[in-house]
Amino acid sequence: MVNENLVKDVVKEPYKYGFVTDIETEKIDKGLNEDIIKLISQKKEEPKFLLDFRLKAFKKWQKMKEPAWAALGYKKIDYQDIIYYSAPKQKEKISSLDEVDPKLLETFDKLGIPLTEQKKLTNVAVDAVFDSVSIATTFREELAEHGVIFCSISEAVKNHADLIEKYLGTVVPASDNYFAALNSAVFSDGSFVYIPKGVTCPMDLSSYFRINSGDSGQFERTLIIAEESSSVSYLEGCTAPMFDTNTLHAAVVELVALDDASIKYSTVQNWYAGDEEGIGGIFNFVTKRGKCLGKRSKISWSQVETGSAITWKYPSCLLLGEESVGEFYSVALTNNLQQADTGTKMIHIGPKTKSTIVSKGISAGKSKNSYRGLVKMGTKATGSRNYSQCDSMLIGDQASANTFPYIKSQQPNSEIEHEASTCRISEDQLFYLQSRGIEFEEAVSMMVSGFCRDVFNQLPMEFAAEADKLLALKLEGSVG
Amino acid sequence: MQSKMKESDPILEVENLSASTDNLPILKGVSLTVYPGEIHAIMGRNGCGKSTLSKIIAGHPSYNITNGDIKFLGENINSLEPEERSQSGIFLGFQYPIEIPGVSNLEFLRVSTNARRKFLNKEELDTFDFEELVKEKLEIVKMDHAFLSRSVNQGFSGGEKKRNEILQMALLEPKIAILDETDSGLDIDALRIVASGIKKISNAQTGIILITHYQRLLDEIKPNYVHVMSDGQIIKTGESDLALELEEKGYEWTDNFIKET
Repeated sequence: MVNENLVKDVVKEPYKYGFVTDIETEKIDKGLNEDIIKLISQKKEEPKFLLDFRLKAFKKWQKMKEPAWAALGYKKIDYQDIIYYSAPKQKEKISSLDEVDPKLLETFDKLGIPLTEQKKLTNVAVDAVFDSVSIATTFREELAEHGVIFCSISEAVKNHADLIEKYLGTVVPASDNYFAALNSAVFSDGSFVYIPKGVTCPMDLSSYFRINSGDSGQFERTLIIAEESSSVSYLEGCTAPMFDTNTLHAAVVELVALDDASIKYSTVQNWYAGDEEGIGGIFNFVTKRGKCLGKRSKISWSQVETGSAITWKYPSCLLLGEESVGEFYSVALTNNLQQADTGTKMIHIGPKTKSTIVSKGISAGKSKNSYRGLVKMGTKATGSRNYSQCDSMLIGDQASANTFPYIKSQQPNSEIEHEASTCRISEDQLFYLQSRGIEFEEAVSMMVSGFCRDVFNQLPMEFAAEADKLLALKLEGSVG
Repeated sequence: MQSKMKESDPILEVENLSASTDNLPILKGVSLTVYPGEIHAIMGRNGCGKSTLSKIIAGHPSYNITNGDIKFLGENINSLEPEERSQSGIFLGFQYPIEIPGVSNLEFLRVSTNARRKFLNKEELDTFDFEELVKEKLEIVKMDHAFLSRSVNQGFSGGEKKRNEILQMALLEPKIAILDETDSGLDIDALRIVASGIKKISNAQTGIILITHYQRLLDEIKPNYVHVMSDGQIIKTGESDLALELEEKGYEWTDNFIKET
């Protein structure tokens, strides 16, 4: 038996991002109804088509039921007890970063995401989202020179309404699921990316989502469009303060890749996970989907999920274009009483489409970690292939891991391969490393990162190092 | 042997050591002293407690010391963590080296070596300097550089695993090495490589304990002392010819010693 207490010590590192920014905010009343939706739309000065989109989604949502099929248990969410719009009070129009409230800049500074001209990250353009609104987007001029549009979705609604109208809701329709419908009705902000034909985005783009307020939900919406022969790598990071209440986060991300385009979407999710007793933490119900519309297009999801009390998330690919490629690389780490039900859907529609799924679940403490994935071969998906590999690692003897693979094939001329394994960090492995002078905690984190190696290799360099550190932090005190 | 005059202090002193696992006594009063430059062989049937003795000296958490002491360089180490024992210079060569998937052998060796170097107040080595050092040590066990990029022991043959153990010993430069059946599962050539590696690494300052069933390793590395273990005790100690006698007469011969004691 691995020593339980030692394991606990490894995972127990305090949450570094749990502070609250004291800032005056503009919040609307709690609750959800048509008037609230109209108010949000009005505050954002939206065109009519968008208000209609929201109201239609809301009608659908009212008729839908919260899904209960996931291997998750939680207290019923009271949707009337949530604030659907919360924004830090700022000047009406901000023309440059100098006009952004210093407290906000300081907040992102503390999170390691400096936004000001002097300090901003080199080679990564950042869109910083604070509660319901986007605060700032860096490197905009530089990107504009290449024709790349990177801005908040609210701005895109104003300045690129044609693109929004053309693509919004085409990958994840409002009626797709309960949380997508909710998001479609009330989404407040998020990022918008447009890469024109033939352009390789000159730098990584990144959004950083920060939930600050305890009683408002965050409902961001991201839309990325990669035109023919273009490519982009997009990174997403998330943190939230420590509250003893649960905060709802229901995001929708839509990706569209045209002929020969490629989108790489990487997430490091570190929302507050609640305390050891499972009090507080973010409820993370997210719908992420990419549409490989064009021939030879490629969408690759990589995610490192370490936070949230509940994670319900299945970044998926619709493989329509001939020879299009979908990838999903995931590390999901749960500890204490965290619950994760995460995986992917690879829907092969076009011929010669290819998908790869590599999922690594690590469960420590009393947590519950499930992989749920669907691989579907449609009638026209001749010569298509899927490879799935789902590995689980258990730390301690109170955590659980599940794998739910769903495979549907309507095309005999296609190949589906699925491998699954479960392992436990054994006392013998730990003793072996320790007997070579390696400290207990380092031994555990070496084994965990070894286990995740295949996925970390897919992350952009800086992200991979961050992910490695994050896992080590999260596991501190958990193994023994 | 204790009657001989020793010029220096012992490296390892095991004093009347008793230990159990799950309340089952495994060691029942073992005493053993190793001085610098000495090679000791421990022989005995399967299940006699030889491997347990080696694991307890290295600090395996599954065993409880119920009586007696283990002293390393004069200090009692009963309560030290395995990593502290390794850092201070105790090396255990595993009978069955453990596979660690996904962890590169090179990185593992480097972290391990640096932990020892840190203890010795030596500068820790970066990837480049370590490459230089490891290249040199690979020669000793005649291992290919390609071994370094594979996961620790994963997919290694029996012989490769054992050579990897000796490589670790070469990098860690321990004060005392306990080699648990390092010869098992080796063909003649691999045995020679391993044996010559051990000889190259050891010197007048180091002590070695060889745990083995067979004479063939002892033909390559001649021990100063041979101990025969049975039922958790050392029942006979002699010089290297004891091993030959044992090979000739078999362990049944040693059963008589138990009756005598």
